[in-house]
Amino acid sequence: MLSDGHIAPSSLSLRDLPWQVHWSLEKCTLCGRCTTVCPVHAIELGVFRKRILETALGITQAPSNVFKVFYGIRQKTDPAYACIGCGMCSLVCPNDAIMPYRSEEADKLRFHINRGGQPRRRGGRRNVPGGILDRIKFIRISMLTDPALDAGRHEFELRSLLGRVLPPEENLRRLKEDGWIPPVREIYPLIIGGMSFGALSPTMWEGLQMGVAYLNEELGIPVRMCTGEGGCPPRLLRSRFLKYVILQIASGYFGWDEIIHAIPEMKEDPCAIEIKYGQGAKPGDGGLLMWYKVNKLIAAIRGVPPGVSLPSPPTHQTKYSIEEAVAKMIQSMSMAWGFRVPVYPKISGTSTALAVLNNLTRNPYAAGLAIDGEDGGTGAAYNVSMDHMGHPIASNIRDSYLTLVRLGKQNEIPLFAGGGIGKNANLAANAAALIMLGASAVQCGKYIMQATAGCLGSESDRCNVCNIGVCPKGITSQDPRLYRRLDPEKVAERLVDVFLAFDTELKKIVAPLGRSTSLPIGMSDALGIDDPAAAQRLQIAYVV
Amino acid sequence: MCRLCALTSSEPLSPMKAIEALDVMREGHDGSGVGLFLSDLGGPWEELEGAPILSGIFTNDGLKRLDRFMMEIGFMTKYKLSIKTPKRTPPGVPKRDVYLIRAYELPEEWDQLPPQEIRNRLLGVRLQLREMGQEKQDMIVFSFWPDCIMIKEIGDPMTVAEYLGLDRKELRARIILAQGRQNTNYAINLYACHPFFIQGMATMTNGENTAFVPIREFLSSRGFPGYVGYQSDSEVFTHILHYTQHFLGLGLEHYKHVITPLQDEVLETHPNGPFLKHIKRSCRRLIIDGPNCVIGCLPDKRLFMVQDRKKLRPGVVGGRPGLYAFSSEMCGLDAMIPDRDKSKDIQPMHLDTVIVGANRQEVRLCSQMDTLPPVL
Repeated sequence: MLSDGHIAPSSLSLRDLPWQVHWSLEKCTLCGRCTTVCPVHAIELGVFRKRILETALGITQAPSNVFKVFYGIRQKTDPAYACIGCGMCSLVCPNDAIMPYRSEEADKLRFHINRGGQPRRRGGRRNVPGGILDRIKFIRISMLTDPALDAGRHEFELRSLLGRVLPPEENLRRLKEDGWIPPVREIYPLIIGGMSFGALSPTMWEGLQMGVAYLNEELGIPVRMCTGEGGCPPRLLRSRFLKYVILQIASGYFGWDEIIHAIPEMKEDPCAIEIKYGQGAKPGDGGLLMWYKVNKLIAAIRGVPPGVSLPSPPTHQTKYSIEEAVAKMIQSMSMAWGFRVPVYPKISGTSTALAVLNNLTRNPYAAGLAIDGEDGGTGAAYNVSMDHMGHPIASNIRDSYLTLVRLGKQNEIPLFAGGGIGKNANLAANAAALIMLGASAVQCGKYIMQATAGCLGSESDRCNVCNIGVCPKGITSQDPRLYRRLDPEKVAERLVDVFLAFDTELKKIVAPLGRSTSLPIGMSDALGIDDPAAAQRLQIAYVV
Repeated sequence: MCRLCALTSSEPLSPMKAIEALDVMREGHDGSGVGLFLSDLGGPWEELEGAPILSGIFTNDGLKRLDRFMMEIGFMTKYKLSIKTPKRTPPGVPKRDVYLIRAYELPEEWDQLPPQEIRNRLLGVRLQLREMGQEKQDMIVFSFWPDCIMIKEIGDPMTVAEYLGLDRKELRARIILAQGRQNTNYAINLYACHPFFIQGMATMTNGENTAFVPIREFLSSRGFPGYVGYQSDSEVFTHILHYTQHFLGLGLEHYKHVITPLQDEVLETHPNGPFLKHIKRSCRRLIIDGPNCVIGCLPDKRLFMVQDRKKLRPGVVGGRPGLYAFSSEMCGLDAMIPDRDKSKDIQPMHLDTVIVGANRQEVRLCSQMDTLPPVL
């Protein structure tokens, strides 16, 4: 703008944006790849006019000037087109001529992303680096009197149980009397958390499913993946691979028409049914698939018209009260598969988790409880829900486990912890910490996206456009031009890498603690933390 | 590491036999304590069938309180063994007032009670005494059960044995369990000293139980009053054994399947695979980890040894019909039964449970791969 020009309230300079795109005139070949690839059109071809003074040394020749034009990249400052820092420009640049840099000062953009009275919505996570899980150490190292085990050579059986485990007396009694024994699945303690077909692109979903199948069938690692709320592709429902899938039902019931109709044709039972009541990233808010991503395929699978936003209600509307909802839904889902499939609810981390848990202990069909902490990720949510709502997972899981211990039902109702596991890449350490605090297994999504498909999200608000279907890596997009960037075979390979590496790391944690033949659920004497308040809260050792 | 030895003999033997074996294995314990469990007793105790024997350590005040308490609930002393100790205690052994071993007549009103009720009441009395003692620090109670004597003290096993004069006729027994203690995780407390005892069962362990905390949580939450204590991580081995027999009705052959279950792929082909899978799942919280060799004795006078899943602790069994011994080390076995056929010694491995029956005629080696006897 001109120095005496008009300023609107939302007129921002490049300095006010969170990301500034640095571009080098010298290196740029003007190939145009960066402007093409930018998912939010933050940069465009810039035509710059430049005045060059030409002043000769002598006095005979009068000074003059020349106006030249050069071409390059211009970054937009309109809040709607602000750079998201994904760095795709830099990825595609043949000459490394362009790169977004984060402003060291808090941006001014944040005051303006509510145009039209619409608060910011985005995908991603809470954007808070650090966290209590990374600070928990494993302090009970076997020394001298009990030799540490060999993570490389000793036998290990790091498996968890998904399903209602009966007390030993009751189990033996029912075995003798041929009574109903609740279904129990032996699974790997790292579950791929619910990311829906729709939130994820078809290539991403296919890649994960292929990886899961390979892990199970070729490597014998019983990895399970939850569908999230978005149904399940019809062919998968009718394939033998369904046994590796946890089908999720949530308040929008998306995709369940298809699932129910497929039941008679199912070759295998699904691993389990997860009833989603809440999500850690946006507690108290229902799922959200924004219209950008509802293409024909997604619409068909979900049983909705294409091109409309799909907000799930915050609660299951068909039921009068939550207690009733839990009991009835668990029972009807169990009944749908002839009581052969474990059914458990998933709730967001909350100070009321214990009330839900107490309720489940008295429900003989409840197969577990998944709790998703505030650091969980999402494909789409209101920024305020993501940043300010929710409960950390560590104390929620600990309280729940200790409640079960008081009732003598620890591990009878397995607890699954989610939300922020591996958020700083310490996947195995975070998982082991939660298991020793009392979780039977952990659920993880973001780390899987980052490690298997190169998701760019970070804890400092990078990218986060999963909601509008423009994912530059093709992970959360429904646009074929974008999701074809992602090779499902490579995703599958990376998923196998992730689980094998995780397995080794988990062994490297539990072996020195002298554990190998059973998952150290609730082995809290192994844990320590350098914060006395946290130690007291979690009932673990305070170490400095 | 601790050192363990156990004897089962047709003829009553002096506990010194076992103490001598501990002494030759002294490289393996640090002399911080000794524990003895005697059963199938000889001498005067043989005629006291059914009379519970109280074993413990008391101060003079504690003894008075004990007498008042027992009188009140109707127990009459039937027989007692007084251990008079020399005036000067040897270095490392604390001064005590009274080492008590006393048999009681059951209260008359108990006559009509079913055996199970009597067993639970005896347990209740022991726990009550233990609680009273902990309150005023004047009683330590090890066992209160027919045909069982327990002695525990801090100090070097041989020194303690000589000081207490354990080589006496009245202490001869057909079953002797002895442990030389290597103090590890927990402060020296006689309640942390092996063997551990509950309702006629005793076990002792050489090793460390890394799954202690979750197992303790499981047992404590069963609502059974006897599952308390846990000053030592090894006490849970005794209680797991008790739990599997009393609550699950499982046999000794199943014990190892509870604490160290087979891996899933092995269970697929095991003759009792489906049953064992249920045991493994529902008793998952009782799975031990870490190095352990458990030696124990059941109320039916069977003696057994169980090895951990990785065979990280030593254990050897040998002897001849009529006399068998279990020991952490070969030299301990040599000290107890030098004139045995050593070629028949057994070193149980990672799948094995060794059982010597009350008739003491043979050593039975049960592998976890074997077909299990039916559960009643």
